Amino acid sequence: MPLYYDDDQTMLADSASQFMAEEGAIKKQLRHYRDGDCPDGFGHALWKQFGEMGFTGIMVSEADGGLGMGHVEAGIVMEEIGRNLTPSPFLTSSVLAATALGHGSDEVRGRYLPGLLTGDSVFAVAIDEGAKHRPERIKTKAEKSGNGFKLSGKKDFVIHGASADMIVVAARTSGAEGDADGITLFAVPKDASGLSQDAVRLVDSSVATHMVLDGVELDGGAVIGEVDGGRDILNRMLNAGRIGAAAEGAGVARGAMDMTIDYLKQRKQFGKLIGEFQALQHRAAHLYSEVEIARAVVIKAQQLLDADAPSAELMVSVAKAKVGQAAGLAVREGVQMHGGIGMTDEYDIGLYMKRDRALQEFLGDVYYHAERVAQISGY
Amino acid sequence: MAELETFRAETREWLEANCPEEMRQPVRDEEDVYWGGRNAKFKNDAQKSWFEACMAKGYTVPAWPKAYGGAGLDAGAAKVLRQEMSRINARPPLSSFGIWMLGPALLKFGIEEQKVHYLGEIARGEIRWCQGYSEPGSGSDLVSMQTFGEDKGDHWVVNGQKVWTSYADEADWIFCLVRTDKANKYQGITFMLFDMTTPGVSTKPILLISGNSPFCETFFDDVKVPKDQLVGELNRGWDVAKYLLGHEREMISGAGGGDRTSAIGAAMLRHSGELDPMLRAELAMFDVDALAYGAMGEKFLDEIKVGKAHPAQPNMMKYVGTELNKRRHELMMSAGGSRSLEWDSEETSGGKPSRGWLRTKANSIEGGTSEVMLNVISKRILDLPGA
Repeated sequence: MPLYYDDDQTMLADSASQFMAEEGAIKKQLRHYRDGDCPDGFGHALWKQFGEMGFTGIMVSEADGGLGMGHVEAGIVMEEIGRNLTPSPFLTSSVLAATALGHGSDEVRGRYLPGLLTGDSVFAVAIDEGAKHRPERIKTKAEKSGNGFKLSGKKDFVIHGASADMIVVAARTSGAEGDADGITLFAVPKDASGLSQDAVRLVDSSVATHMVLDGVELDGGAVIGEVDGGRDILNRMLNAGRIGAAAEGAGVARGAMDMTIDYLKQRKQFGKLIGEFQALQHRAAHLYSEVEIARAVVIKAQQLLDADAPSAELMVSVAKAKVGQAAGLAVREGVQMHGGIGMTDEYDIGLYMKRDRALQEFLGDVYYHAERVAQISGY
Repeated sequence: MAELETFRAETREWLEANCPEEMRQPVRDEEDVYWGGRNAKFKNDAQKSWFEACMAKGYTVPAWPKAYGGAGLDAGAAKVLRQEMSRINARPPLSSFGIWMLGPALLKFGIEEQKVHYLGEIARGEIRWCQGYSEPGSGSDLVSMQTFGEDKGDHWVVNGQKVWTSYADEADWIFCLVRTDKANKYQGITFMLFDMTTPGVSTKPILLISGNSPFCETFFDDVKVPKDQLVGELNRGWDVAKYLLGHEREMISGAGGGDRTSAIGAAMLRHSGELDPMLRAELAMFDVDALAYGAMGEKFLDEIKVGKAHPAQPNMMKYVGTELNKRRHELMMSAGGSRSLEWDSEETSGGKPSRGWLRTKANSIEGGTSEVMLNVISKRILDLPGA
């Protein structure tokens, strides 16, 4: 398959691009909800519009009422979200939770998917325990209790956890901390007794929670997939979420780069446009190269995931790491090349820097994924 | 799609039957590369039979039309062939500047007789070409070149000097930039082709820091070149040169995959037995970049086939690919330790690691320096002012 969008994907990209530039623009969404001190950090009205556009169900099977598309298509929406810094529960709901729910029972799918499709419901995933992403080591316990389970543990960095109707929680039902087996995924409703969340606003104005599960009782129907056999679904979720975050990061990189190149063509110093200075030209050209490569490896990994290819796992980590480097460079060069004005809140370039930082951390940073590349490659 | 899958199956079968085991090993030294030409010698029977099988099938230049010695494969089929060859590590049957550089220029600018004649010779590996571009006073500022062809009616008399002429001492013919109008900088250059055995042509190898001499100085002393041996129009050779440089940059970039851009961490561990933690980390970061660049190379080739790639994109590929290859060899030297310092030991096949490492330093100079590449990206892709 060639590494560019086919006709249908190009049409989707055009409509997503136009929609996000109009409805998801920084002023209309990110600044509006940030400055209004919104507890969710995003707009439910826009999320409903995502539903009307069909974006919410992009990865939900057609049998379940979705569009039945793949990672390439979800990535198209993610990249536009990134370019416009649109605060949205798309990644946690339509990519991560949707991937898990695809493996859920009829009961679980029937309960949650309709709300996802319309954009009435929001979903979150609770994976991390502690400040770094370590999904290999999950301590949260789920013990058999009656005909269901009782969950105890702590989760961190639960993005949109406070706004979510349901949170997908990864917990250990058997085995020891580092075991691959023994993980089970649960659909935990927001009002479950024993569930408490402490919401915190992050540097990019998104809202995450520290979550405590204190003997949360769930019936057997809350299990997604097989008891003890959740690692495979968790890995699929992680792959989907990581490449989704990488696509968003590629969009952040492009947005920051475009804004910066534009600025080089407007700002004058020493009687010249600063874009005439070779010291800046070479750095801009280097940045362009890095961003192009990051976008290429994202689509490569998306296609491999869609084809269920064995090398997808490796390329997802390559993509997340490469995007981390390229987007990090884009926002740092962006602020530096804007000079003093880049430090002001009034200018948008700083917002790109903040969003990039949060995305870097989500589902594994450059170092985590470079380490994974080494391990998967056998060294 | 079904057609391509049929072609893939046929190709796999054909490769199985025709690509000898010895030709499925990485290229280890210069002798493993078959360059063709009047004085060509095959290293062994495997090299010969692999070349001949490919030539008969048009696979020395698979995407060229059949009339010019190619196989006439379209973009999709050419990619399948490339993938299938790389899957079994098949070596290129024939390497030449004729294939990578002159060929594409002739396909675009040549007249029919030239295509049939010169392209056919290239495809059959009969003539080995070299490139006469740089001069002692004209490196990055190539258009300032002075080698002059004086109009003598039915021929030119060429005088001047070229430098960094790769393998000029082994080449049969040269494609060469010659000034034919001193008053006109850009539109005063003609793209000429002539035989290296023409009286007045001499070459002198240049000893490099690697201890090898892949490049020459090439001197022209009253060299007679017939008027029909030009490509494109008189005084419009710069257009041909620029187009050809795009292909040269693409070639140097390693966009087609292969050694230059492959991941190396696992191989370094096998080679060294253990890796220092910080070196391992550097290797992992390198592999991220190398694998990502591999995807970029694939995307670039896919896009170029359908005209989606930015025309200046080869400059970006060249910049990144060559910087990556230099970094790769720095890491290989570090992983190899003191063994990799050996200059002529048997264990290193005559200093292959150190000589190879030094050779890569030219990657970001030849065919346009990294700095020139960044200038071109600034100007033509980013549209920055005054660039």
